[in-house]
Amino acid sequence: MLNITGVSKTFNPGTVNENTVLRDVSVHLKEGDFVTLIGGNGAGKSTLLNVVAGVFNIDTGSVVIDNSDVTSLPEHKRAAVLGRVFQDPMMGTAANMGIEENLALAYRRGKPRTLKWGVTHKEKGMYRDLLERLELGLEDRLNVKVGLLSGGQRQALTLLMATLKKPKVLLLDEHTAALDPKTAVKVLEISEQLISDNNLTTLMVTHNMRDAIKHGNRLIMMHEGRIVLDINGEEKKRLTVEDLLKRFGRASGAEFSDDRALLS
Amino acid sequence: MKWVNLIMLDIILGAISLGLLWAVMTVGVFITYRVLNIADLTVEGSIAMGAAIAAKGITVGLNPFISTFIALLGGMVAGLCTGLLHTRLKIPALLSGILTMIALWSVNLRIMGKANISLLRMVTVYSPFEKLGLDKTNSIILLGVLCTAGIISSLYWFFGTEIGSAIRATGNNPHMVRAQGINTDTTIILGLVLSNGLVATSGALIAQSQGYADVQMGTGAIVIGLASVIIGEVLFGKKNFYTRLISLVLGAVTYRVIIALVLKMGMPANDLKLFTAVTVAVALSLPVFKQYLAPIKKSVKGVE
Ligand SMILES: Nc1ncnc2c1ncn2[C@@H]1O[C@H](COP(=O)(O)OP(=O)(O)OP(=O)(O)O)[C@@H](O)[C@H]1O
Ligand SMILES: [Mg+2]
Repeated sequence: MLNITGVSKTFNPGTVNENTVLRDVSVHLKEGDFVTLIGGNGAGKSTLLNVVAGVFNIDTGSVVIDNSDVTSLPEHKRAAVLGRVFQDPMMGTAANMGIEENLALAYRRGKPRTLKWGVTHKEKGMYRDLLERLELGLEDRLNVKVGLLSGGQRQALTLLMATLKKPKVLLLDEHTAALDPKTAVKVLEISEQLISDNNLTTLMVTHNMRDAIKHGNRLIMMHEGRIVLDINGEEKKRLTVEDLLKRFGRASGAEFSDDRALLS
Repeated sequence: MKWVNLIMLDIILGAISLGLLWAVMTVGVFITYRVLNIADLTVEGSIAMGAAIAAKGITVGLNPFISTFIALLGGMVAGLCTGLLHTRLKIPALLSGILTMIALWSVNLRIMGKANISLLRMVTVYSPFEKLGLDKTNSIILLGVLCTAGIISSLYWFFGTEIGSAIRATGNNPHMVRAQGINTDTTIILGLVLSNGLVATSGALIAQSQGYADVQMGTGAIVIGLASVIIGEVLFGKKNFYTRLISLVLGAVTYRVIIALVLKMGMPANDLKLFTAVTVAVALSLPVFKQYLAPIKKSVKGVE
C-alpha cells in the first residue's frame, strides 16, 4: 500500500547547517499494516512522515501509495489519500471554526471545493453519530469553536477528521505526546478503534516503547536517518522493552538515547 | 439654537455617507486582516486605483456603473499580483503588498495621465438617485446602504460555501488546510483578489462622491480600514460571521462620525492621521493592556 524506496533527504545542503536526516530509507507497508515507528530525538521519524505527506521535496528515492507514484505531487494533492494527525493538538484543526465546520472540511478531502454550502444538514447527523462514538460529549457541541476544546478532545477530533474519508495511509506523529497520560491512553484507544474499524494502513510514530510494542503488527526503529530494526509478526508480540533496547544497541552500535522514551 | 442642530445633523449625515462608502473598503481589509490573517498593504494602492479607473472611465464618457465595475476588476488584478508575489514567488505577505502598492502608484498615474481628475458636474453612480429628487448626501447614503447590504449578504453566503470555508480555514491554520487537500496558494490568492476588488470599488464610489480622484488618496487607507475593523469589533461585537460583517459597516461609519466630531471640536485636519494612528495603536494593544490589568482587577476583587 505504501512503498518508500531509497529515500534520502539533506536539509540546507552546501551550508554550515547541512544536515542529512534520511539516508537511503526503504519501507514497504502492506494493506492493513499498522506499523509503529520509534527512535531517538532527531532520528528522522517526523521527516519520514513528512516525506510521505509531501511537505518537502526529497533528494533521491520515491514514494508510491497504492501503486501510484506520488513523489512529485505537492502536499495538498497527496492529501486526498492520506490522513494525518500531528503531535501538536493545535496543528490538526482550525481553532476559530466550529467542530462541524472542521469535520466538513475533512469530509471533502480529495474533492474539488465548489460554491455548494460548506456543511449540509445530512452531514450534521452523520457527524453527531460519529462524535457520539468517541464518548467525549462532543456530539452536542457541533457549533462550538474547536479552540475551546481540550488538547485531548482536539486530537480525538483530528483523528476522526483524518479517518472520515477513508485514507489509504494514516500517518500519526506522536499524536499523544502532548497529552496527559490518562488522555493519551484514551486517544490511543480511539486511534486503535478507528484503525481496526476501517482496516487502515497506518504508520504511527511514538516515543513510548510500551505503546510501540503494544500496538500494531510491526515495529520499526530508526537511528540517525536509517532503519535499524524491523520486527513483525510473532516476534513482535513477544517483544519486551529490555529486548528492544538490547537489539537497538546491537543494531546501531549506540545506546538508545531519547530522554522521554525510557521514562515511560 | 435650531440652526446649530441642523449643522450638526448635516455633519453627521455627511459622515455617515462617507462611512458607508469606506465600509466597502473596511470589509475588504477585514477579509485579509482577520480572515486570511495577512496585513495587506496593497489596499493603499488599490483604493486609489479604483478611484483612478472610475474617474478616467467617466471622463471618457463611459457609464459610471460600468466604470465602477471596471474599477472592481482592476482591484482584483491588483490583489492577484500581490497573491502571486506572495504564494508563487514566496515573498512575505507584507512585502508583497508593499511592492504592489508602490507599483500601483505609477500605474494609477498612467491611468489618469495626471495626479488628479475632477468629476465635477459629471454623471456619477449617484446621479440616478439625485434625479429621483434626493439631495447628494442622501443619494450617497442610499446607494451606500444598498451596496453594503448587497456585499454583506453575498459575503455571508460566500464564506459559508466550501470555497469560502476553505479560505477562512487558511487564515486559521494553513497546515491543516493543506492536510485536507486544499491548495492554500489558491485560497490566499482568492482572498486577496476578493479583498482588493472591494477596496477598489470603495475607491471608485468615494471618488464619485467627493467629485475627484487623486493619486494620493490611498495614503493611510490601511490604518483607516484597521481602525474601522477594530472599532466595529469593540463596539458592536463579533459573535458570529453575520454580526461581524454588520459590525464592520457600523465600525466604518462610527469612525467617520468620530473624525467629523473631533474636527468639529477644533482639531486641525492635519492632525487627523496622527489621531487615527494613535487610535489604532491603542486598539491593537488592548489585549496587552488587558493582560496588565487582569492581575490588578483580581487583587481588587480579592480585597472586596
Ligand atoms: N524543515 C526542516 N529544515 C531543517 N531541518 C529540519 C527540518 N525538519 C527537520 N529538520 C532536522 O532534521 C532532523 C530530524 O528531525 P525529525 O523531526 O525528523 O526527528 P524525529 O525523529 O521526529 O525526532 P523527535 O523525536 O525529536 O520528534 C533534526 O535534526 C531536525 O533539526
Ligand atoms: Mg518528530
